[in-house]
Amino acid sequence: MRTENQKAWFFVLPVLALVAFNALVPMMTVVNYSVQETFGNNQFFWEGLGWFEQILRSDRFQAALGRQFLFTFMILLIEVPLGIIVALSMPRKGFWVPVCLVLMALPMLIPWNVVGSMWNIFTLPKIGLMGYFLNDVLGINYDMTQQPLSAWITVIVMDVWHWTSLVVLLCYAGLVSIPDAYYQAAKIDGASPWSVFRYIQLPKMKTVLTIAVLLRFMDSFNIYTEPFVLTGGGPGNSTTLLSIDLVKIALGQFDLGPAAAMSLIYFAITLLVSWVFYTLMTKDDAQ
Amino acid sequence: MAQIKLSNLRHSYMPAPQGPEDYALKEIDVTWRDGGAYALLGPSGCGKSTLLNIISGLLTPSEGQILFDDRDVTTLPPDQRNIAQVFQFPVIYDTMTVGENLAFPLKNRGVDPATIKRRVDEIAEMLDVTDMLNTRASGLSPDNKQKISMGRGLVRDDVNAVMFDEPLTVIDPHLKWKLRSKLKELHQRVKATMIYVTHDQTEALTFADEVVVMQEGEVVQIGTPVELFERPQHTFVGHFIGSPGMNVLPCETKGDRAVFEGHEVVLEGPTHGDGGRTDLGIRPEYVGFGDTGIPAHVTKVSDIGRHYVVSAMVGNTALKAVTEHTVPEPGSQVFLQFKPEQSRVYRDGWIATEERAQ
Repeated sequence: MRTENQKAWFFVLPVLALVAFNALVPMMTVVNYSVQETFGNNQFFWEGLGWFEQILRSDRFQAALGRQFLFTFMILLIEVPLGIIVALSMPRKGFWVPVCLVLMALPMLIPWNVVGSMWNIFTLPKIGLMGYFLNDVLGINYDMTQQPLSAWITVIVMDVWHWTSLVVLLCYAGLVSIPDAYYQAAKIDGASPWSVFRYIQLPKMKTVLTIAVLLRFMDSFNIYTEPFVLTGGGPGNSTTLLSIDLVKIALGQFDLGPAAAMSLIYFAITLLVSWVFYTLMTKDDAQ
Repeated sequence: MAQIKLSNLRHSYMPAPQGPEDYALKEIDVTWRDGGAYALLGPSGCGKSTLLNIISGLLTPSEGQILFDDRDVTTLPPDQRNIAQVFQFPVIYDTMTVGENLAFPLKNRGVDPATIKRRVDEIAEMLDVTDMLNTRASGLSPDNKQKISMGRGLVRDDVNAVMFDEPLTVIDPHLKWKLRSKLKELHQRVKATMIYVTHDQTEALTFADEVVVMQEGEVVQIGTPVELFERPQHTFVGHFIGSPGMNVLPCETKGDRAVFEGHEVVLEGPTHGDGGRTDLGIRPEYVGFGDTGIPAHVTKVSDIGRHYVVSAMVGNTALKAVTEHTVPEPGSQVFLQFKPEQSRVYRDGWIATEERAQ
């Protein structure tokens, strides 16, 4: 006979209370704002799904969302292959392993706003090392404070610099877990380097790559500090990503209702994309 | 198919080896005939995997040559040697089906699709995996995975040799004998030279026509299973093969006799050599009980099923005897009789008695 015992739930209670206070309650406040209108004095009027409709229809939101997807897509397109290539070329054993690992980890240890400031100073056209070098030495017309294209390139390069290491470290962990016998068998089977990558390394990295892509998607989709410090969303609105726009609406214009609706839409998109991606990637394993 | 000859082979993992102790392999000279089944037997760290990797080309030896049918392959990479290797842990390509796994070595060599299909079907039938050809290889049980990695070696009809590096380590005990007999059957069908590395004497003795026993980077004896059991060339072979292993008893020599704990023992033949440490070697199977002989004190009797293992003390030396019928009581006094044609003297480990002329 197996006896059921529900006492274990009591152990979960403290965590539940904590999560409620720092996540559920604030989240519900946002939901609350998103369906109401306020004119101050703590007076609220029912608005229904009006804000949602307004946000989804607005050109401003659609443009920011488009920029956001473009940004995330670009950095994934660069960081994932680059991360794999760097991980593949790192040494497996010996003196250089810890050196490489520490060097890889360094960019990730720097706080977001510091990264933003660093790159801002680095790329300023007249005084920044890179800005000066590009303009005055190579003669390339580059100004991230004035030209949208320069600004985009700078924001993307900055993110690649900051976060490729994460993909590298995860891939490297996947690579070192492959036993030598696989490489030996491949040699004996006469496999080309491409086959070794395609049939041994890539399948063994699949799990960590899924996690790497998920983390990079979520982080880059929610990115705020670095582009805000670097370009402030400009020039014009050219690098105004979703989160920057959201903060402008919420804290700049103090439009709490639309901002709340936008946050929820934003959150839903992040969740949906992550879920679809994860389901697709793990579908094969379940079979 | 090829005859494999290792000539003056030495290998050291150090860049500048000084003395013999720096070598993982010391002076190996063997010839394996085409189509034979051989086993490399020895404890962990004896150099057998090093030797295997040298034959397959994953390692280049420090000194010496490897000849396949008199062709020097010492510096050739693995894929140009036409050998196949089965590893301790099954290596399969997870994303491919069983069929694609088997076809992989042929595809890499640019064999035409019709031939690939014919060979894969043939091998699948041989390994009893025909019904799995279209399933993903990643979900298979370890024994089937190991069969597939074997199949990838056998699928090429130009293989010079198939090598097995302790292939049954991860297989469940009840499946081990099945896979072992499958191997034996495969060997008879494909007639490839097969080299099987193991530290398990049962595996080695059941698989191989000839067993190479290794210890600390040295070949101590090459022989058929019967030869290894009946006339070990080295105390290590005597001790390593057999259960329990050969008794190795400190003794002195006196003419063609050994003196062990003050008792004279008749040997198989005259001894040769001088000096060194001398031991009397006799297998427990050839120690009998009688009314006269060497007095001993029985310390323990273990029933191990088919027979009894009797542990006894002669003076200060412990030895074992195997008996099926007369079982002495622990604590009793008995007389031991050593079978003369199975009693030998070993000098510094190596055999030092001459075989009695028949």
